[in-house]
Amino acid sequence: MTTAMPRTGPLAIEMLGVDKRFGPVLANDDVQLRVEQATLHAIVGENGAGKSTLMSVLYGFYACDAGTIRVMGRPANISNSQQAIALGIGMVHQHFMLVETLSGLDNVMLGAEPHPLLHRAEALARGRLDALMAATGLRVHLGAMVSDMPVGERQRLEILKALYRGARILILDEPTAVLTPQEVGQLFGVLEQLRAQGTTILLITHKLKEVMRWCSRVTVMRAGRVVHDCAVADTSIALLAEAMVGRKLQLERSDATVPPARAPTAAPLLRARALEWRDAQGVARLRGVDLSLRAGEIVGVAGVSGNGQSELLELLAGLLAPHRGTLELGEKHFGAGAWIDPRTARLLGIAHVPEDRHGRALVLGFEAWESAVLGYEWLADYCRRGWMDHRAMRRATDAMMERFDVRPRNGRLLSARFSGGNQQKLVLARELGQSPRVLLVGQPTRGVDIGAIEFIYAQLRALRDAGCALLVVSGELDEILALSDRVIVMHQGRIAGELDIAACSEARLGLLMAGAAA
Amino acid sequence: MNQPLPRWADLLLLPAINLAVALLAAGVMVALVGQSPLDVLVVLVRGAFGTERGLSYTLYYATTFVFTGLAVAVAFHGGLFNIGGEGQAIVGGLGTGMAALWWSASLPAWAMLPLMLLAGALFGMLWAAVPAVLQAYRGSHVVITTIMFNFLASSLLVYLLVNHLKVPGKMAVESAAFGASAKVPAMHALLAGMGLQWPASPLNASVLLALFAALGVYLLLWHTRVGYALRATGASPGAAAYAGIRPRRQVVLAMGVSGALAGMVAMNELAGVSGRLILEYAGGAGFTGIAVALMGRNHPGGIVAASVLFGALFQGGAELSFDVPGFTRDMVVMLQGFIVLFSGAMAYVLAPAVQRALAAIERASAAQGVARG
Repeated sequence: MTTAMPRTGPLAIEMLGVDKRFGPVLANDDVQLRVEQATLHAIVGENGAGKSTLMSVLYGFYACDAGTIRVMGRPANISNSQQAIALGIGMVHQHFMLVETLSGLDNVMLGAEPHPLLHRAEALARGRLDALMAATGLRVHLGAMVSDMPVGERQRLEILKALYRGARILILDEPTAVLTPQEVGQLFGVLEQLRAQGTTILLITHKLKEVMRWCSRVTVMRAGRVVHDCAVADTSIALLAEAMVGRKLQLERSDATVPPARAPTAAPLLRARALEWRDAQGVARLRGVDLSLRAGEIVGVAGVSGNGQSELLELLAGLLAPHRGTLELGEKHFGAGAWIDPRTARLLGIAHVPEDRHGRALVLGFEAWESAVLGYEWLADYCRRGWMDHRAMRRATDAMMERFDVRPRNGRLLSARFSGGNQQKLVLARELGQSPRVLLVGQPTRGVDIGAIEFIYAQLRALRDAGCALLVVSGELDEILALSDRVIVMHQGRIAGELDIAACSEARLGLLMAGAAA
Repeated sequence: MNQPLPRWADLLLLPAINLAVALLAAGVMVALVGQSPLDVLVVLVRGAFGTERGLSYTLYYATTFVFTGLAVAVAFHGGLFNIGGEGQAIVGGLGTGMAALWWSASLPAWAMLPLMLLAGALFGMLWAAVPAVLQAYRGSHVVITTIMFNFLASSLLVYLLVNHLKVPGKMAVESAAFGASAKVPAMHALLAGMGLQWPASPLNASVLLALFAALGVYLLLWHTRVGYALRATGASPGAAAYAGIRPRRQVVLAMGVSGALAGMVAMNELAGVSGRLILEYAGGAGFTGIAVALMGRNHPGGIVAASVLFGALFQGGAELSFDVPGFTRDMVVMLQGFIVLFSGAMAYVLAPAVQRALAAIERASAAQGVARG
């Protein structure tokens, strides 16, 4: 499918025959990439397809084993990021490279101070940045500490930092993974303006919708190779997804995924009433939330992140205790004074796939077979009289990896060394392994590639069909719409609305998320 | 962004290279003061391992370092940096010593020695538990509090010795001698019992206790649920809380076990050698334990090996200051400093170079394979 299309515009970047090998793995295999100047060019592909490696080669983190790179038409030999910056290449990493304890202004200047005296440097930099901000529409409070900035502002600061260093080619790695829908719109507005002013933008992403809406050209990578390269006008989401995974995908709900008929009067498996929770500063994060989950349904929780969804999940999982409210799980009752704890929750059949995969779901420093029993390490299968049965743990891990197709199939590998999608599959395998009655899921597919998303959706639906009650918190409206039978929208710690899936539309949910009455 | 080193290179090759670099750096210093580095090294190694007596001293020093090294490692796996090994060893010694002073006249050795061990471990544990509880429930950092507890411990020891435990009328600040039942048998005596000739030395049966402690720590950390919970808390408190493990209890547990291990130092130093409660018996071993744990990568096997190395430095260093004129003990301290620097603080400085070298060797052998094929 690779095509050497005739070009009209001059090229900003030309990478020819790039190979990069890590030990036995060929991460980039004879990659050709041509990016026209002043365009928004997307690179898509599954985790491990080689996108990030290719960008690291371009940005000078890795030296390629073979191939040539031309920047703005001139051959370039980029062996470190300083050289990349000198060539006008700027990169905004997925995980921001900011010093949290410095102000926005100091972060931008760091390593590129225009004057040896700090206050002179700050004055000079501030002048240049004000001009830049006015020209690009990137608004940042330069005086504010980075730790006080919301995620969207930190990202704008990163872009500003690259532009301040003279970037004419901007590489953005998964820029929208952490943004709310509104912030995504703002970001692309700014990127479009930058493009119109002549900046070339390379976007690495999973989100095909964004590619279709905002980019002009797209390169698809799979297993280290470029498998598709075309104008966005000539392709579709389905075609791109197919090129990424090499087969057709089933993500949208189909007739086969309609829930089996169930009695509407079925007693709820879980019922929470009037939950209230305040954070350490005394700010109310949950205000009188009522919720019930019935067997055989998936309840989606939509909302702009930070409106209480995360706290709701952690309360139900026993990680936080509410200041007021009750919880009923079948016969068991819990009140604010004697709240459920995580182990009791597991004993009562509540499984939890947390939002924070790195900080909660896995111990990154453990090998996979140790992370694969986290939270269940006390089960008699794994532990007898206080002694851990390593062989049983490894056997269970192998079975989980087999069943959920975790790659690489190596239980001795550190948990941190799996890709996001494979980490999530391992966590799901662990949590689904004990046949839970209630499954709490936070951001089921954040940072997960499209092939794994399909698989995870299928598993969640199968669990629902088997009679489990699922609560799915997600920042992706598409995901809520694809999975849920019933949708709850949260706004400022309250339930702003509850809709049956048949009554849901993106527009209606969007209004509720923004706080407008239903 | 770099690939990790293969396991064997991480555990064997890199420490060996670090040690070689430390010796090289120390050799330069030795040459600067006008001695031959090679001669000094020969004297050092021969002094530490060349004779049965030297070897015994090396192992005697190493025994103490195993206890304090393990203490640091257990706390480390629980996510805590226990700088208080010195104080915990001192207070453990108080427990061991007081048990011996009170009961050694009436109890036989088979009851006395376990009692002294328990008393030492318990005192060390309680001394470590105070900073642990302060950290877990009040948020005062153990690094700070354990350092302060070292000073408290040594003042407490001086006070008790001078005012309560000292034999009245004697000049020396030391307690009365323990009864015969409170003496850990010396190795040369044990070996003589088996018909083996061995020169007299401070090396005593505590060396076996140290090996058991190392094995016990290994089993505890990697083969029990308690160890799993402790390591999970140390590696990721958030994940541990998610798993239903209570992080605060793990903090207290890790520090308690750590303090108990440090408290066992007294079995080697007091019950094994001095036979009475004295000042300065910990002798900085609590701090050497930090270096030992660093160098041993917080693994009991590594700690035993690193302890032998440090024991050799102590013993070989003592020989050096006797045998080589103009070579003081300070030079040996300097050598230890270099080893801590290169093997501990800068353990991974050379890792990228080693990794590049390994990759180059791999490429070369691959190219050769291709050429042959």
